[in-house]
Amino acid sequence: MEAVSSLAVQLDHVGHRYADASAVDDVSLDIPAGRMMGIIGPDGVGKSTLLSLVAGARMIQSGRVSVFGGDMSDVRFRDGVAPRIAYMPQGLGKNLYASLSVRENVDFFGRLFGQGNSERRRRIAELLDSTGLAPFAGRAAGKLSGGMKQKLGLCCALIHDPDLLILDEPTTGVDPLSRRQFWELIARLRERRPEMTVVVATAYMEEAQRFDWLAAMDAGRLLATGTPAELLAQTGATDLDNAFIQLLPEEKRSKHHKLIVPTRHGGADVPAIEAEGLTCRFGRFTAVDQVSFRIERGEIFGFLGSNGCGKTTTMKMLTGLLPASEGEARLFGHVVDPQDMATRRRVGYMSQAFSLYGELTVRQNLELHARLFHLPAERIQQRLADLVLTFDLASYLDEPSANLPLGIRQRLSLAVAVVHQPEMLILDEPTSGVDPIARDGFWELLIKLSREQGVTIFISTHFMNEGERCDRIALMHAGKVLASDTPRQLQQARRATSLEEAFIDVLQEAAGEEMVPPTASALPPAKAIRRRGQLQLRRLGGIAWRESLELLRDPVRLVFALLGSALLMLIMGYGLTLDVEDLRFAVLDYDHSPQSRDYVQSLSGSRYFLEEPPLRDAEDMEQRMRSGEIALALEIPPGFGRDLKRGHVPEVGVWADGSMPFRGETAGGYVQGMHYQYLLGLSRRSPNPAVPTGAADLEVRYRYNQAYQSLYAMVPAVIPLLLVFIPAILTALAVVREKELGSIINLYVTPVTRLEFLVGKQLPYIGVSMVSFLVLTTLSIWLFRVPVKGDFWVLALGAFLYVSATTALGLLVSTFTRTQIAALATAAIGTLLPTVQFSGLIDPVASLEGVGRWIGQCFPTSYFLVVSRGVFTKDLGLDALAGQLAVLALFAPILVIVSAALLHKQER
Amino acid sequence: MRHLSNIIRLGGKELRSLWSDKVLLVLVIWVFTGGIYVAATATATDIRNAPIGIVDEDHSPLSERIASAFYPPYFLPPVSIQLADADRLLDIGQFTFVLHIPARFERNVLAGKQPVAQLNVDATRMTQAFIGTNYVRNIFTGEIDTFVESRRAETSTPIELKLRYRFNPNLESHWFGSVMEIINNINLLAIILAGAAIIREREHGTLEHLLVMPLTPFEIMSAKVLANGLVIIAAAWFSIEVMIQGVLGVPVEGSVSLFLLGATLYLFSATAIGIFLGTLARSMPQLGLLMILVILPLQMLSGGITPRESMPSLVQDIMLAAPTTHFVSLAQGILYRGAGLDVVWPQFLAIIGIGVVFFLFALARFRRSITLTSL
Repeated sequence: MEAVSSLAVQLDHVGHRYADASAVDDVSLDIPAGRMMGIIGPDGVGKSTLLSLVAGARMIQSGRVSVFGGDMSDVRFRDGVAPRIAYMPQGLGKNLYASLSVRENVDFFGRLFGQGNSERRRRIAELLDSTGLAPFAGRAAGKLSGGMKQKLGLCCALIHDPDLLILDEPTTGVDPLSRRQFWELIARLRERRPEMTVVVATAYMEEAQRFDWLAAMDAGRLLATGTPAELLAQTGATDLDNAFIQLLPEEKRSKHHKLIVPTRHGGADVPAIEAEGLTCRFGRFTAVDQVSFRIERGEIFGFLGSNGCGKTTTMKMLTGLLPASEGEARLFGHVVDPQDMATRRRVGYMSQAFSLYGELTVRQNLELHARLFHLPAERIQQRLADLVLTFDLASYLDEPSANLPLGIRQRLSLAVAVVHQPEMLILDEPTSGVDPIARDGFWELLIKLSREQGVTIFISTHFMNEGERCDRIALMHAGKVLASDTPRQLQQARRATSLEEAFIDVLQEAAGEEMVPPTASALPPAKAIRRRGQLQLRRLGGIAWRESLELLRDPVRLVFALLGSALLMLIMGYGLTLDVEDLRFAVLDYDHSPQSRDYVQSLSGSRYFLEEPPLRDAEDMEQRMRSGEIALALEIPPGFGRDLKRGHVPEVGVWADGSMPFRGETAGGYVQGMHYQYLLGLSRRSPNPAVPTGAADLEVRYRYNQAYQSLYAMVPAVIPLLLVFIPAILTALAVVREKELGSIINLYVTPVTRLEFLVGKQLPYIGVSMVSFLVLTTLSIWLFRVPVKGDFWVLALGAFLYVSATTALGLLVSTFTRTQIAALATAAIGTLLPTVQFSGLIDPVASLEGVGRWIGQCFPTSYFLVVSRGVFTKDLGLDALAGQLAVLALFAPILVIVSAALLHKQER
Repeated sequence: MRHLSNIIRLGGKELRSLWSDKVLLVLVIWVFTGGIYVAATATATDIRNAPIGIVDEDHSPLSERIASAFYPPYFLPPVSIQLADADRLLDIGQFTFVLHIPARFERNVLAGKQPVAQLNVDATRMTQAFIGTNYVRNIFTGEIDTFVESRRAETSTPIELKLRYRFNPNLESHWFGSVMEIINNINLLAIILAGAAIIREREHGTLEHLLVMPLTPFEIMSAKVLANGLVIIAAAWFSIEVMIQGVLGVPVEGSVSLFLLGATLYLFSATAIGIFLGTLARSMPQLGLLMILVILPLQMLSGGITPRESMPSLVQDIMLAAPTTHFVSLAQGILYRGAGLDVVWPQFLAIIGIGVVFFLFALARFRRSITLTSL
């Protein structure tokens, strides 16, 4: 075949650096088409970086990457070639969507590649049949086992018949049976489509045996290339694991020597760990089901099983982190009790993820833990020195631990776990992702601890060869322990040649639903539809469809989005009133005449004022004003009544509390009004009106709000306020969430354009926000009795333009934030301040000065506020508000385009 | 003793984490410096630059005199408009006020016929509308009085009213805004920092790690309260000394140290609320939504934006359960009115009490909450 003879991928002096660390260093490699090519090497040697460069997911820094003869640094070529490449990134189901079902996931990828309805349906059926996933089509991806997730990932990758299939560690953390099935599936695929090139990265050397061609990598460089047989011959090794070690540079290899596990001589007194019928349920899901075992002191006991089979949950129950739903666990004969500090001091725990403080240095981490375990101060330095020596950490002491290579971090974690010299160690997958040499080194430490210090070690792993090193192991699957014994006896009982085969045998025996054999139906013919347009509605719709499904299936987010704003509206509508009422005042009356009482009466009779007990003297006034008990004090001078009668003008002193200027101002205004009214009354009662009434009168008409109630003013203002926060934040989170979970990779490697991606993400939130708008409007009409005087449809149009703008604001925030928390904070503060302060909510934009005014004019809330108030209270129509609406309509497109320009279509 | 040393160790770790998170650090610094400045100088809670239009059908010296009496900073320079346009301009919100002076106004005034001028106010703009109306009325009558007095014998009112404002004689709005902004920031950061720290540690698994060590949830939480509180107090202190008193020139009546003591107690309450929310939320985005639902009402209803006594009594009562209400009240008392401990002690007690309640709630939920983690 012609395709076979040509090259699929050519790497020419490719290099890649992250910050100050080199990940790929001057790699040149040709990958022929139609072959199955393996890149082997432990985690962190640059395999993933290399593959993501080939897939076009990452920006090329140096060197040249060409795929099918074209340059991958060329945007146009990359866009064109994207439909010929499929990329399954590392991590179980990393590019899948956990809340979507199996069928929906595949469907989504079909839409991303612009496939029509009937075509998608046909392809999905075929793919699910051939992978044996058809019976689980309706199950959520998040609820699949690791092996099934990987099969689903494969379906999604194959939906568009790629010519180049890139698989990054597709079987890491998957149980041995599923692993075997996965490779069988790949083999069948290649039979059907021999022209397809497959590039696989793997850390399991035994898998690499069956690939056509291998490239061994270490520290970003290529060690060797060749067929498996060639590599074995070159190194004279019997298996690839050893061959790889032989290929390593001398200084690394010299540290390695064959690991020997001395046999254990142990008496059986009180067992270190006992578990009886341990069960853990989360809702309806049973994570651990009736697990029982017994671990003797000094024993190394291994838990073998795939990711998500219940190993971690069991360990958490043993440490007291999780309460057992049923059953009992005992450590050193004591029932596990989270309050029991004494037992905790005897146990060291190392959790699955690197769970030390990355920002602290090695020394600080060790010291912190030593002190938290209350080692005597004089012994701490000695203990630290011992640990540094044993765990070989001397050269990293002052490095922040987040910067350390994985193997070193793991050693540090172990050092921290044993800082207090515990009698028992509980280690949850301590070696995952570490290279074979570091793993052997780690095990050496464990064996030393067990055999020399009699420490009981309970360890979980998914590496079979680590299981062989344990004194006893338990094989775990789907929450159950299937078998438990010494590795040798397990193997013998099954008449297996290796522990892996024994495990597969056990699994097959226990197999239930997941064992449905794949049907032999033919895979779809290679008739890929390669459309690519500038903006394709089908792809955009696909993204919007998926986002909506995810939103609908996340009831918490949905409820918050819809009811959160209603709740806030209630709080603010009732609470945020600007009416100044019930001002407390007190009188310091030096006169006590009928006239003075009459004067005071004019104030205390008003609904704005509440009279407090009279003031005794100036000091009392000072005291009560300082405490905030009264907001207003009146001082009536001695002889007030007499002076008034004689026509001497008495002077009444009023002190208003100005600490809250708005309230002070209003209070002052009220007093002046009352005073004026009093004078008028006085003049009317007086027989000869000596008091001049005004030369002219000012008639004040309060427009739009005759009753002058702040509710009428606030309700139309609160709606714009609420329609900016929650929409902006939800949209920002929706995008950044993908960045954090890794599914953003689908933007990088599929033909989706940035604009399609952003608008697709935005649409569902515009929808939710419109529903929220209806809820808010309903509340204001029926609950607050603030009617919409104008045309509702104008308001709805304004709201639509406005939420388009506010969700676009969220998109903008998402382009420059990397974590959900940063997106949240930026979106919250970025909308809170301008909305409350600068958008005319309290003062019109025209009254603002400086930066505030400028912000106000550039913020969509300012314009929607005019629309909202206009329609609600002023009975304005389309013609009067056209200007505001036009400006409002500009925001969304501008913001979306700016966001699209700022969003990266590749990882850096 | 053992508790204390654990708390101090963990607190030190907490500070180091914060120090290495430069983004957060920059945020803290910004909100207490530039953020305060922007908020204080740009907003006006008293009347400032109110837009006014004048329909002058009189074109007399008097009407021109009245028009020229409206000037900044209280009013924007008045715009002369036609009567036919008045409604439309009010409708689109161009003006808050439109003053209509009818024809033959001056002649009627001088003839003692008491002509009526009309002031149209856009009452949807509550603050400006109300305060502004008083201004307009005073300016209007003042100008007419002086105009008339120049042609007529002097008259006097029977009672003189001498109105003075305590604590802020010129009712400068930035005096109020800047200090309230500090309170808002303390509130916002205390809750966010503590809540986010809990979720972050839970997502990174470090919380589990702490819980299997001989440490109690009490110690872990106290350390967070302590460390976050310390940073915020330091920033608030700097802000009061340098930004408020220095850059913005706002005089502080009372004792800054008493305020900081109050703020310290408040931080205990607010971080306790933050941690409590952190134990309720499953993930960072959920926490964020919860925060909005909590922080917004706390800020808007605590009396820091509008006076409490004007709110419905039910709202007032409910808000008594929020420590923010008491904090705002003590801050206003101390910083504006120079109140001493003898005056604000009830607020101190309330803040401590509420804080303890939330702290205990959070403590009760703490261990249970680690199982909540889900992405």
